[in-house]
Amino acid sequence: MIELVLFYIFAVIAVVSAILVITQHNVVHSAAFLGATLFAVAGIFLTLHGEFLAGVQVIVYVGGILVLFVFVIMLIAVERSVGERQFNRQWTVALVTAGILIVEIGYGLYQGKDSFVLPPAAAAPAAAVAGNSERVCTALYTVYLLPFEIASILLLVAIVGAVVLSKKKTEME
Amino acid sequence: MEFAIDYILIPLVKIALLLAVLPLAVAALTLFERKIIAYMQVRLGPMRVGPWGLLQPIADPIKLLLKEDIIPAGADRWIFVLAPVISVISAFIVFAVIPFGPEINIFGKAIPLWITDLNIGALYVLSISSVGVLGIILAGWASNSKYPLLGALRSAAQMVSYEVAMGFSIIGVLMLAGSLSLVNIVKAQQSSGVWYVFYQPVAFLLFFICGVAETNRAPFDLPEAESELVAGFHTEYSGFRFSLFFLAEYANMITVSAMAVTLFLGGWLRPFPNVPWLGFLDIIPPLFWFIFKIIVFMYFYFWFRASWPRYRYDQLMKLGWQRLLPLAMANVIVTAILVVLLRG
Repeated sequence: MIELVLFYIFAVIAVVSAILVITQHNVVHSAAFLGATLFAVAGIFLTLHGEFLAGVQVIVYVGGILVLFVFVIMLIAVERSVGERQFNRQWTVALVTAGILIVEIGYGLYQGKDSFVLPPAAAAPAAAVAGNSERVCTALYTVYLLPFEIASILLLVAIVGAVVLSKKKTEME
Repeated sequence: MEFAIDYILIPLVKIALLLAVLPLAVAALTLFERKIIAYMQVRLGPMRVGPWGLLQPIADPIKLLLKEDIIPAGADRWIFVLAPVISVISAFIVFAVIPFGPEINIFGKAIPLWITDLNIGALYVLSISSVGVLGIILAGWASNSKYPLLGALRSAAQMVSYEVAMGFSIIGVLMLAGSLSLVNIVKAQQSSGVWYVFYQPVAFLLFFICGVAETNRAPFDLPEAESELVAGFHTEYSGFRFSLFFLAEYANMITVSAMAVTLFLGGWLRPFPNVPWLGFLDIIPPLFWFIFKIIVFMYFYFWFRASWPRYRYDQLMKLGWQRLLPLAMANVIVTAILVVLLRG
């Protein structure tokens, strides 16, 4: 019961601040609301006993990505962006397209509603909650080893690429 | 009823105690710092307020609280107000997982001296302290002034860099203990009878260096380098809001010390827990050992500040990325190999 209440609180915070992220004129305010959204998502992970995931969510998204966002934002002229138009001229077309997409997704979900019925709760014993981090790591390094390594290589390539791109040319070839 | 006492009343009492004691500890530490640095520089330090300056830590907060609260006209009000709050909250909620001592008996009830024992304790501390950076950058930006912005940029780059090496430096300990829970890490040291600093000396040094850099203290205090940046990111803050930043900085120093003590120096354990003839030391309560070790670390902080010149910015980045990070990674690899070999 209390988990359901917490879920709705976090969900409302996440959705409302996500909307505020895109409606704020000032990008720094958007970043602050993005932080609220990310924290609320971490809270939802916690209500699902995903402690490890919640911790990683905060350290990677809030402590890493959001900090870098703000870092970059500080180097641009925020005053100029505040004065600019927020929506472009085609917003009516976009609204219609988005509306159609929502109806489509909603119809798809309605058609497949039988698959949302969870199996009886007996499938998740309380013991499974303990050792959350170990379970995540075991899954990553055994069942999902290949996708995990592919993701690692992708990140490595991205890091090397970023270093190469940002490196100054010191000698003329 | 039992449930209400165990899960609501007792934690609330502990939280209230912690919130009351921490600011007082910070106030006491400021006097400790000024006195130590003064003696190192052959001065007397504060002497006027009360005998031997003992009332100085009470006079300072009163002055800060009574000062006029100034928000600069060009500042972004909303973020300017939010930034110190982020700093202070992230500095304080870390203490929820720090184990101050083992379980003690009060009126026949076993009460653990920690607020909660998360199974991701160490990760929680790292992730929450990474949020503290956000308070500093937002403060620098919201002030709408050159020095705070420069200080905030430096601070963000520095804290993000050293966070990486810090995260790597504790992995060795986590592998030895086989747990992320801080309580279990202390208990693992108790059962193995050895403080982890003896197994992980490199990691310990790395952790403390990174910790000093994370808290923006000398010799890594570039974000608030007085000689070039006035006061860095909090230049435009005064009165109560300034005191929040001050509180957060000292609380973070206590956190780093507490983490170093918990991970490497056996937390609440007495020195050499495996030597039986030192058993007479058990008369002294574990809480004393924990606080004593933290005070030793705080002394080191002040000692560094009194004796070392500040790093130059490029030296700082070079040290973090080219020395500490590779060393931390090597430590992880060597520890992993040794753990597998020795445990079979």
